[in-house]
Amino acid sequence: MGEQIKIRAQIKGDMADIRILMQHPMETGQRKDDKGQTLAMHFIQTFTVSHNGKTMIEGQLNTSVSKNPLFAFKARGIKVGDKISVSWLDSAGDKRQDEIVVS
Amino acid sequence: MFELRRKLLKGGSVAALLSPLLGSGLLVPTGVLAADWRPAFGARNIGDALKAYGNANAASESPDIVINAPEIAENGAKVEIEITSNIENTRSLAIFADKNPMPLSAVLEFSGPALPYARVQLKLAETTRVRAVVKTLDGKTHVAFREIKVTLGGCGA
Repeated sequence: MGEQIKIRAQIKGDMADIRILMQHPMETGQRKDDKGQTLAMHFIQTFTVSHNGKTMIEGQLNTSVSKNPLFAFKARGIKVGDKISVSWLDSAGDKRQDEIVVS
Repeated sequence: MFELRRKLLKGGSVAALLSPLLGSGLLVPTGVLAADWRPAFGARNIGDALKAYGNANAASESPDIVINAPEIAENGAKVEIEITSNIENTRSLAIFADKNPMPLSAVLEFSGPALPYARVQLKLAETTRVRAVVKTLDGKTHVAFREIKVTLGGCGA
């Protein structure tokens, strides 16, 4: 089970700024530890952002996305009380899903 | 077969063995997406990556894709890149870093209330050209470029 996904939605007029912080090592498979052992590749491969249960953004990522990456998106017509959920699946089969209610 | 699998696992080189499989699409995660770009993600140079990403090397350059990024990135481990597509009916956005060991970094598909905009944080191995490839609902492909100078490469991060 991954660490909590931090989701923040800010409404300005009919536009919403959505910020998503996924806490994940995003290991490239190129790094070595102190003993010179290569650290296995481990990264978020897919994620989905949903609005009231309906998918609005689908993402596929590579190891070249930063560690603990922050994403920002924009959407139109999101209202207070709406639900935004984010889920990810990583290369080790680990997953995490979190949801917020827009306030 | 089973014993071989044990050996493979013990070898500690699981990731190295599996990564070509990821590239060839033999290993598909349970959540199946509309389009699976795994071969493009596994490509080791920009030419192959673009080709695997629906022949994106043939994309026409467009001033309607705006890439906002630092000219010089001190630390390649976290470079923030902001992309806006002003092209109508934008369906997806892909981000490539030409000189990264695996150039394709992210593919984002938008639907419903989501606007074709994204701010992402990437690792950049060295000074490189970054390109944003936009695909539209009617199947057209557009591209925009941006050069980013990297002082300290992000591969060791």
